[in-house]
Amino acid sequence: MGLHEQLEELKAKSLHEISSTDGLKRLDAIRVNVLGKKGPLTEILRGMRDIPKADRPKVGELSNRVRDNITAAIEEKRSELEKAVIEKKLENEKIDVTLPGKPVMQGEPHVIQQIIDNIEDLFLGMGYQVIQGPEVETDKYNFEMLNLPKDHPARDMQDTFYITDEILMRSQTSPVQARTMEKHDFSKGPLKMISPGVVYRRDTDDATHSHQFHQVEGLVIDKHITMGDLKGTLEVLAKELFGDRFEVRLRPSYFPFTEPSVEADVTCFNCMGKGCSVCKQTGWIEVLGAGMVHPNVLRMAGVDPEVYGGYAFGLGPDRFAMLRYGVDDIRNFYQNDVRFLSQFSKKG
Amino acid sequence: MKVSYNWLKEYFDLDVDPKVLAEKIERTAVEVDEVTCAADGLKKIIVGYTLDVQPHPDSDHLNVCQVDVGEDEPIQIVCGAPNVAKGQYVIVAMHGARIKDNVKIKRSKMRGEQSNGMICALQEIGFEEKVVPKEYVNGIYVFPEDSHVKPGEPVYNYLGMDDNVIDTSVTPNRGDLFSMDGNAYEIGAIYDKVPVLHHRQLETVDQEIDIKDLLNIKIDAPEDVQAYQMGIVKHVKIEPSPFWLQVRLMTAGVRPINNVVDVTNYIMLKYGQPLHAFDYDKLTTKEIHVGYSPKQTKFVTLDGEERELRATDLMIKDGDKNIAMAGVMGGLETEISDQTKTVVIESAIFDPIKIRKTARYHVLHSEASMRFERGINPATVTDALNEALQLTAQFGQGEAVKDQLSPVDPNPQSVEVTLDLTRINHVLGTSLTVEEVTDILRRLQFTVQVSDEVFKVTVPARRWDIHIPADILEEIARIYGYDNLPSTLPTGSTTIGRLTTSQQVIRGIRELLQGSGLNQAMSYGLTTAEKAKMFMMQESEETKLDFPMSQDHAVLRMNLISGLLDDVAYNVARKEANVALYEQGRVFYRTADVDRPSEVEHLAGAITGSMVTKSWYDKEVPVDFYQLKGIVALLLHDLNLEESVSYVANQTRPEMHPGRTADIYLGDHVIGFIGQVHPQIEKQFKIPETYVFELDLQALLDAPKRIQHYEPISKYPAITRDVALLIDKEVSNTEIVAALKKKSNHHLEDIQLFDVYSGKHIPENKKSVAYTLTYRDKHNTLTEDEVNQEFEQAISELKSTFEVEIR
Repeated sequence: MGLHEQLEELKAKSLHEISSTDGLKRLDAIRVNVLGKKGPLTEILRGMRDIPKADRPKVGELSNRVRDNITAAIEEKRSELEKAVIEKKLENEKIDVTLPGKPVMQGEPHVIQQIIDNIEDLFLGMGYQVIQGPEVETDKYNFEMLNLPKDHPARDMQDTFYITDEILMRSQTSPVQARTMEKHDFSKGPLKMISPGVVYRRDTDDATHSHQFHQVEGLVIDKHITMGDLKGTLEVLAKELFGDRFEVRLRPSYFPFTEPSVEADVTCFNCMGKGCSVCKQTGWIEVLGAGMVHPNVLRMAGVDPEVYGGYAFGLGPDRFAMLRYGVDDIRNFYQNDVRFLSQFSKKG
Repeated sequence: MKVSYNWLKEYFDLDVDPKVLAEKIERTAVEVDEVTCAADGLKKIIVGYTLDVQPHPDSDHLNVCQVDVGEDEPIQIVCGAPNVAKGQYVIVAMHGARIKDNVKIKRSKMRGEQSNGMICALQEIGFEEKVVPKEYVNGIYVFPEDSHVKPGEPVYNYLGMDDNVIDTSVTPNRGDLFSMDGNAYEIGAIYDKVPVLHHRQLETVDQEIDIKDLLNIKIDAPEDVQAYQMGIVKHVKIEPSPFWLQVRLMTAGVRPINNVVDVTNYIMLKYGQPLHAFDYDKLTTKEIHVGYSPKQTKFVTLDGEERELRATDLMIKDGDKNIAMAGVMGGLETEISDQTKTVVIESAIFDPIKIRKTARYHVLHSEASMRFERGINPATVTDALNEALQLTAQFGQGEAVKDQLSPVDPNPQSVEVTLDLTRINHVLGTSLTVEEVTDILRRLQFTVQVSDEVFKVTVPARRWDIHIPADILEEIARIYGYDNLPSTLPTGSTTIGRLTTSQQVIRGIRELLQGSGLNQAMSYGLTTAEKAKMFMMQESEETKLDFPMSQDHAVLRMNLISGLLDDVAYNVARKEANVALYEQGRVFYRTADVDRPSEVEHLAGAITGSMVTKSWYDKEVPVDFYQLKGIVALLLHDLNLEESVSYVANQTRPEMHPGRTADIYLGDHVIGFIGQVHPQIEKQFKIPETYVFELDLQALLDAPKRIQHYEPISKYPAITRDVALLIDKEVSNTEIVAALKKKSNHHLEDIQLFDVYSGKHIPENKKSVAYTLTYRDKHNTLTEDEVNQEFEQAISELKSTFEVEIR
């Protein structure tokens, strides 16, 4: 048998062995066996010296081809086997993707905080500052500076916790406005502020009353502020908090620190204005109080009411939260039941 | 005020649906609580006449009545009322009728006797008990003769039940709307109608007598009396007042009593002028004094209550004996009784503040005091008295004494307010014309003179709430209609709206704590005296309310933790075992020399149960000190504080576990603490093992922050060395780390604790701890030799400081 035949036979035999292999180890053994230094191919090539010189290139070429063929077959088989191994491995790694994810603990902002943040962001966008003030106030700032002299009947509207005759728990966040107005340098531009915070009233806690609750009050003082501006601002606020579908109506009211004074109602979210038990059949829900700042209030803060004027408004986030989420007991806000707190997801 | 639609119609033609009218009042004047029609929902309730009443054969309290109900034959009704009798006009609910609360009346047999309906009490057809005449409270209602009712006719019209009542909620400035006259003016302005007032004059008079022979008045406190008048009616026969008047009062929510008292109440409703009637014969001195009586302290008011008077309560006196609390309530002794023959009627205006103080102090908010507090129309003090005298004389078949006493004449003064059109449009944002403004003021019946767009407005005394241009602006705006105002946003120079740095930091802190699994809590600022001073971070006096509503909310908190522990307890009691809360809010510190506390922002947290809950994936991991410390450390790290933060064990905080509490230092200052609540306190709050922290947030906000700048990332590799030590249990991590650092240079980049162990295989008072030390030279590659040398130095320093075994 000539070299030529030997090579062809080796090739056929090897290819057969390769194709019938089912393991990577065996495949490796074949490679070493056939192509290794002690393997048959090397052996056959050793016989080159016995053939005429003129034939050698031809045989050499053939032997190279055989080596290449075998190598290629091995590589092809290897990748085939490797793929099978990986597939097997992936098959074994399969998990139940419908199992629940690993729990992540996440707290929520208090629902009242969410409403306050919401209002703050709205007014920040309209160029207002957010200003906080003391919760323990003096009679002067809580009442007198707001046109509520001692023994004014409107003081009955805000039954107050006193510490001494002159020191009290603020019954509204308006004293922050009085303090800010007093300090503001109007030559540097208008005053636009909101003051969110805790307020206190002499009330026995029940489903609809709380001796502690929150207020956000707003104040704008400049040379050209109109009641139309107040109306527009309240509409923006109501729509931000309740949605675009809601109408706003203004009604006359009375607050000693504003004149004219109004209360703003929005369409009852429960019946959309048809009348229901939530709105006591009126179709409207009262949400805030407002008005044009009383000249006495300006004067007492050292602002000239002939030159400057403006509006003020106030609302209660607790009440908003009760309305918006249908919370039927105000005490929920201060008991901090985690099942309550975690209901109000901040996003979306 | 309960405003009767039928009564309003006496002032002008009013052809508006009552609900529409109410909506208009609400949008233009004052809030409307509700509009009610008493007949709504009622059915088949008619007048009946008792032809015969016989005792029920099988009952000791029922009667069998034959009742004419306007049909051919009388019907039989069994009635249990004690006052049913033959010959009465009564209210009958027929078979198929609907009475109060939608109760259906059906034909039935009562102990064998057929009953074809029900004879009703006023309460049964919807009247409030407080308005029902006393004699009919415990029985059926009997129509008086002058009601002229006819059997078979519905009762609604007779009893005013088909009237619509608009219940308004009058604001403190609109005292004028506590009268029908005032409401008529208001509604007249809304609908552009002029009300016709029916003020009756005094006609039935006794010409002979001079009132001064009967009575004299001395005003001892003139500063508190703006008007004071009295008149007398003689030979009065006390009876029920006319049926129409009784109905009118009941509709307005007032109980009919007798012809004299009813007249005073009627006049009060009509004019807004409270009156008081005294029994003349009960006056011993016949000299009335208006002033103070500091010596007498006990006084029995009309309602039978004995009151402890104060020297500052304005009183009406007979000589020096108290007979009424001025403007608030009369006395029992001089009240009008069935035997009264001569009536003295008082019409006055008292100082609103005095009245308010007395009413508030004695918690006696009467219809009269409510009106005096808000002001009285000085223009109708005399009219009201005259009409009252006339009606008393008329209904009581007596004669009024010709003149009245008027030691203080009312002084009605109109107010003049000037404002110009530019100002009006400037403030309202409108473009009203002179004509439009003039028309609005005319509808309000204010007198107005216009020249050059300047309005000189004369406001009548009946609108005593109006003084300044802003008040007129409000009148114009509300009559013009708030709906008609434009909706705009402020123009003018731009302002920058942004949160202050502190506000931003606080928001960031909240986000971080929420992200770490803590819910935001809001607790009460007022708490018990005991809880207010727990977990204190500094010495402070407590700040107490003067008159707390309850001891639960009597003292201002000086810590946030106690509130959070209340919250934890609330949750635990409701089987919510895993609670993680934080609160950001104020605490109130006070020094002994001042009354007003200073307010400091604090931040606190409390965790109990588990923050890694049991799932198919994880085992439940109970919370511990280190879980909370990790959160606090992250928070403090995030604040980028210039000074370093350290934790120092503190065994002396009384409410904290002595072995599991650390003070938190910023530099040399304690800015908070963290640890487990003392088991005794846990027991007191009824909570399980709970970990808490509280921080002086204000100090953290104020503390200097590091200026952030980029730190180049070293391209030279780090080399690490691990060391495990056996060391005395008492030696703290901080001490070990300090020792390791002491002799090291800047190549030592980091020390990480990676194991702590004590227990089996370790001597009892020892612990095994292990650290990884990381070395790096930022500018060169460190050699093994350099690192070994530095590491050895650190270890030898450790060995020389502590008794330590390197493992």
